Amino acid sequence: MSIIIDRRLNDRNKNAVNRQRFLRRYKEQIRKSVTDVVARRSITDMEQSGVVNIPIKDISEPSFHHGGSGGDREYVNAGNREFNTGDKIPRPTGGSGKGSGEGEGGDSEDNFSFALSREEFMSLFFDDLELPHLVRNALGETRDFKWRRAGYTPSGVPANLSVSRSLRNSMARRIAIGAPLRRQLLELEAAQAAEEEIEAMRARIERIPFVEEVDLRYRHRVKEPQPISRAVMFCLMDVSASMTEDKKDLAKRFFTLLYLFLSRKYEKVELIFIRHTDDAQEVDEDTFFHDTKSGGTVVLSALKLMQEIAVARYPSDSWNIYGAQVSDGDAFGADPEKSRACLVEQLLPLSRYFAYIEVPDQADRPSPLTHAYQRIDSDRFAMKSVMARNEVYPVLRELFKREATV
Amino acid sequence: MSIAKLDGGLISTGAEWTFELLERYDHAIHDIAANEFGLDTYPNQIEIIASEQMLDAYASAGLPIGYPHWSYGKEFIRNEQAYRKGARGLAYEIVINSDPCISYLMEENTMAMQALVIAHACYGHNSFFKGNYLFRQWTSADAIIDYMVFARKYVMHCEETYGSERVEEVLDSCHALMSHGVDRYRHPTPLSVAEERDRQREREEYAWRQYDEIWRTLPTRTGAAASQKAAAGRFPAEPQENLLYFIEKYAPKLEPWQRELVRIVRKTAQYFYPQSQTKVMNEGWATFWHYTLLQRMFDKSQVDSGFMIEALASHTNVTMQRGFDQRGYGGLNPYALGFAMMCDIRRICEAPTQEDREWFPEIAGGDWQKVLDFAMRNYKDESFIGQFLSPRLMREFHLFAVADHEDEDDLVVDSIHNEHGFRRLRRLLATQYNRDQLLPDIQVTQYERSGDRSLTLRHQRSRKRPLAEEANEVLRHLARLWGFTVRLETSDENGRLESVCEVRS
Repeated sequence: MSIIIDRRLNDRNKNAVNRQRFLRRYKEQIRKSVTDVVARRSITDMEQSGVVNIPIKDISEPSFHHGGSGGDREYVNAGNREFNTGDKIPRPTGGSGKGSGEGEGGDSEDNFSFALSREEFMSLFFDDLELPHLVRNALGETRDFKWRRAGYTPSGVPANLSVSRSLRNSMARRIAIGAPLRRQLLELEAAQAAEEEIEAMRARIERIPFVEEVDLRYRHRVKEPQPISRAVMFCLMDVSASMTEDKKDLAKRFFTLLYLFLSRKYEKVELIFIRHTDDAQEVDEDTFFHDTKSGGTVVLSALKLMQEIAVARYPSDSWNIYGAQVSDGDAFGADPEKSRACLVEQLLPLSRYFAYIEVPDQADRPSPLTHAYQRIDSDRFAMKSVMARNEVYPVLRELFKREATV
Repeated sequence: MSIAKLDGGLISTGAEWTFELLERYDHAIHDIAANEFGLDTYPNQIEIIASEQMLDAYASAGLPIGYPHWSYGKEFIRNEQAYRKGARGLAYEIVINSDPCISYLMEENTMAMQALVIAHACYGHNSFFKGNYLFRQWTSADAIIDYMVFARKYVMHCEETYGSERVEEVLDSCHALMSHGVDRYRHPTPLSVAEERDRQREREEYAWRQYDEIWRTLPTRTGAAASQKAAAGRFPAEPQENLLYFIEKYAPKLEPWQRELVRIVRKTAQYFYPQSQTKVMNEGWATFWHYTLLQRMFDKSQVDSGFMIEALASHTNVTMQRGFDQRGYGGLNPYALGFAMMCDIRRICEAPTQEDREWFPEIAGGDWQKVLDFAMRNYKDESFIGQFLSPRLMREFHLFAVADHEDEDDLVVDSIHNEHGFRRLRRLLATQYNRDQLLPDIQVTQYERSGDRSLTLRHQRSRKRPLAEEANEVLRHLARLWGFTVRLETSDENGRLESVCEVRS
């Protein structure tokens, strides 16, 4: 008779492995789609899980089969109401003949779309990004350890077995234990003792084990605290009157992504939010992202404030200092030049990296600030401009791309 | 012996199912199937699973266990997404051609659905697997699960030893060739050494007895000899259509573990070979039997009308055939066509019309159980339709054939469901289910064993149909497995060479 089995409690996620493999294989395509998704999102759900689309042709599995059109073929269909033998039907446009006979079903979508969990989404998103020139420079509060060799121990796991050490011990033991026996053997032979006695003595020497538990030596390793990287990121945003809503949105998007990236990737990164009009002030995260303020523009004020805070709170010998500035570059008079000077002479020597992102009115006309910044020649300084939402993420990626050699 | 009989009357009412009830329904259905209709089945193993597990089973084409590969992940994601969106419901069951025959039932089903599924899968499909000649010839039901366990272990072992990238490369390439990795005919079993020797001796004796000096004096035609010589030097002597088999046996560069992977994919493809050719029959058969068995239960008052209404509602959904101009038309529905044909055969036997007597003189008025059983055992979709599709059904389905010919500007209605069209329509529909028509004819014609080790395939075009563009990609996969140059020659029906496409390795 039939056997009835309840399998409901068995493994449910047998395909988790295959799913991960799929994601890994099509990482590039998926990431491209993630970029699009993020451009469409509002700032507040930047962190959510999401549906991604990849073109079906990118992931199709090829096989030998007949092409969609060309050659002679017939299809049998159901539901004829009007046709008679010999009727002509105009060929459907779009190239492919109606492949109804091949049981393709309704799966002819052009895109393969599916949901990524929040975790998968974020890890794809910020994969391969890092803070440039990060230096590990401070002990304390550390979570980082490194394994260091520390001689040999008599106990351990087989993987750590030191063969040469163990055999050296083994040989020493065999020599040591065997010595008196060999001496006795020589004496017996010298005394021309009975053959059996000599044989028995030889056998005793033979019986000394080649390797014993006591010989084994394992490589020993100890954990050692490592200096860790402490970093601080200064976020400088221009909120002056010339920054329109659109520009502010771009700026905030950039900082949101930066914030997500840093808080996700690095446990020990502090963030300082500075916003400026003609006057800079340090604000908290909430105010930075949500509060409105308006006024004139003095870029220098923000740079000055950053420098003051850095000197007062984050000594550069134990902190990695980073800066990211977003502005429309609409500065007046001596401000651009002074800002440049301040940046080059005071901030860059302190910092590991400083990124300037411009949200210009027009792509082809450099702003006064850009004009001034263009003359900065330092590998610690990078400058990009962003015009549209979908450029924000690529720019972030470019600025914080992992260096080839770490 | 049946519990239901002992109790008499209704087995249950209401939608809730319990394991005890499942068992009683199974007893009742088994009783009817085996004793009244004589269905011969493997023993059943019914497994209750949750919907997520059903999605898992989907991804691996119904096999309960498979080797890890990203394409299954893709399938899984695709199904999961469709299911979450509500675009597609899940199948109520999955059944595996194994001995014992394993069927999966979803826990979400109601009692009526569970009973329908038991009748459909555990007695319908099950008896088809056991009886149909293709399944009998090409699959060994008792070994498949063990083989898949082995395959999974082996693939995972290879991944550990050689790295998952290298394993994935081989599997990807094999999957691309999967459709051309099945044997359509049995190979003769290889001769043992003793048999070979006997045969050799017989031949020699024969030649010796036939020997006559006079034959040596005949002049030889030089041209014929040369072409014979060329043919003798050709390897393989006969073209080989099973590409995966050829690679497994002769690929010059593959390592033993890679050959084993090729073999695993080939064996899996072979296992699915009968399924693709009996879709209409298999589903028609199972649908016919769940319909007939449940009707019989109702007649015996084992189930109430509420149960029947639910079962029939679901039955009707499954066997619905949309017209070509209706939304959601996806070609002929194998369930609808199969079920209609099975019922029609029964009708022809029980109440033949004059037309039926003309078309089916050998079965009209016969014993329907015997006729159906014979059809189930000895046909596949192509021959089944070619043999049993009746004019009446063509009218009911309003079938019509559209010809798409290269030289014509328009599509032409080739034949419709009228007196002139029946025979041609039936032949066209049967051809549509012919696997050899669907798949391009591609065979290995030459392996330069003593030269540059290149491999030559020949694609003989049928009815001028071209290969899809992906063919180049498949060739690259083939070249990766082969390790040397691979070329694909395309020839027309008469064997005249048209083009050559070459991939250097």
